[in-house]
Amino acid sequence: MSLIANLFGQSPIRPMQEHMRAAVECARQILPLFEEMVAGDTAAVSVRRQEIDRLEHEADRIKNEIRSNLPKRMFLAVERRDMLEILDYQDTIADLAQDVAELADMRSMVVPKVLAEAFLDLVRRVVVACDQAERVINELDGLVETGFRGREVAKVDEMIEELSRMESDTDALEERVQRLLFGIEDELGISAIFWYKLIDYVGGMADYAERVGNRLRLLTAN
Amino acid sequence: MVLWVAGVLAMYMAWAIGANDVANAMGTSVGSGAITITQAVIIAGIFEFVGAYFVGGHVTDTVRKGMLDQSLITDQQLLWGMLASLASAATLLLVATAYGIPVSTTHAIVGAIIGFGAVGVDFDAVAWDRVGLIMVSWVTSPLMGGVVAYLTFQFIRRCILDRDDPLAAAKRLGPLFFFAVTFVIGLVTFFKGLKNLNLDFDLPTALMLAAGLGLLGAAFGWLFLDRIKQSDESGNRYHDVERVFAVLVVLTACAVAFAHGSNDVANAIGPLAAVVQVVREGTAGATATVEPWMLMLGGVGIVLGLATMGYRVMETVGKNITELTPSRGFAATFASALTIVVASRAGIPVSTTHILVGSVLGVGMARGIGALDLRVVGRIFISWVATLPIAALLSVVFYFFFKGLLT
Repeated sequence: MSLIANLFGQSPIRPMQEHMRAAVECARQILPLFEEMVAGDTAAVSVRRQEIDRLEHEADRIKNEIRSNLPKRMFLAVERRDMLEILDYQDTIADLAQDVAELADMRSMVVPKVLAEAFLDLVRRVVVACDQAERVINELDGLVETGFRGREVAKVDEMIEELSRMESDTDALEERVQRLLFGIEDELGISAIFWYKLIDYVGGMADYAERVGNRLRLLTAN
Repeated sequence: MVLWVAGVLAMYMAWAIGANDVANAMGTSVGSGAITITQAVIIAGIFEFVGAYFVGGHVTDTVRKGMLDQSLITDQQLLWGMLASLASAATLLLVATAYGIPVSTTHAIVGAIIGFGAVGVDFDAVAWDRVGLIMVSWVTSPLMGGVVAYLTFQFIRRCILDRDDPLAAAKRLGPLFFFAVTFVIGLVTFFKGLKNLNLDFDLPTALMLAAGLGLLGAAFGWLFLDRIKQSDESGNRYHDVERVFAVLVVLTACAVAFAHGSNDVANAIGPLAAVVQVVREGTAGATATVEPWMLMLGGVGIVLGLATMGYRVMETVGKNITELTPSRGFAATFASALTIVVASRAGIPVSTTHILVGSVLGVGMARGIGALDLRVVGRIFISWVATLPIAALLSVVFYFFFKGLLT
């Protein structure tokens, strides 16, 4: 009946932010998860894993919805390909969090005393980086409002700069945990492999948080 | 009897105009959440009626006479033809609306007049250069809407949104927009001469009066905007700016409704005026008068269309246009208003739908709108192209029907 109404598609901006919220919520769960691991509370770890699974499914659902709402015929304020790429990075954060939880739950990993503190430091810093990436994505609507120009861009660029610094911090912390792990490899035996994996996953979450920011910076640059 | 048929058909046309086109004027206001659906229907009703009744006469002449060479048409042929035009346009609208295909009432009536003129009367009776001009305007008018919308939005972005204090900038520049909008409303009113009130202004007078009205509007706007205060720090810092634009988009929507009423009422009233004249005076003189009661009929028809169907149409609009912010809505609506006024002034019947679509695309090109469905643009184009020949064909059939019936 009304042509004008059909002309407007659903903007992917808000769903993108919702997706990021779900993905980063997954990441945030890693800190209590690890605390429960340190405490040796395997039951709590199991429950936490289920919660992370649920959040990851939620993120997946939003992701699929965004994808199906972005057919090629849509003319977007933001380049379609860029948007989908950022979406992929966001989704990887959730996926990695899920991998961490799965490994922690399945192998009922006991945290070696030497690692606990350093590992907690790493996780905390990773979550901080993810939070920052979420804040950056929350600025998307402001960026669209101003058409990716001017002051709003400067503000977001600064936030992304900060995000990069945070990621660098996690790199240093990651290396520290790895060195500690190397020292106790013999004691841990086969478990060492999985600890390396766990560190990789957790560090990866910060990497992808940074990628979200960097990809967004490319958007504001053109 | 003939008068009654013509009157009913004209009324139906007016009803269809009101029912279908309300979204054009008020869509951006409702879509951006500036006003509720009920408010939109009421505002549209008032301004469409005022536009149709007070200013509607100007374009009416053009549709009726401009496209046909009257020296080649007998009075009888004109009578059958105008009845056929009303009947075919009404039929087309009825069928199209039932199938959910939006068609332009302007295109329907223009196509119908071309149809009976070229086939029923004489191929040369149609002023083809005039038809060509009208068709060119169907390309140029959305284009103009698009360009104006693009520029308006870039201006808003550069001078308001991209400032340290967007709200202060909006308050400072707001009166300018108020001026522009009221100036445009004033221009359309004074230009078209308020013929029914026996007032007719020449260009300089009209411009001056419009400017005066514009200043009044600016002063009103200044007072109004002064009352919009910075809300608490929480939330989006563009929230307050958008409140300024929410006022502007509604004001502009009034202008569009006004211009639309004055423009489109001709689709219903033009043929009616011709029929009435032939029946009453037995001849179609060089100067046919559009009598106030016809404009009243058209105005009432439009308002009835709004009242009966408007709510449902607006509901669809409100549900679909959720991403539009008032600043975007304003840019698109303002550009539409301006384009409609310019086209009307040139006496060219244009489709408000297409102009608005052009304007919306203009804002989209400035990357101001989250997502636009380009397939719908394609569909608009198809319905645009198809309306003319179908209306023409129907009109030929009706022409021979009325010819057989009335001789």
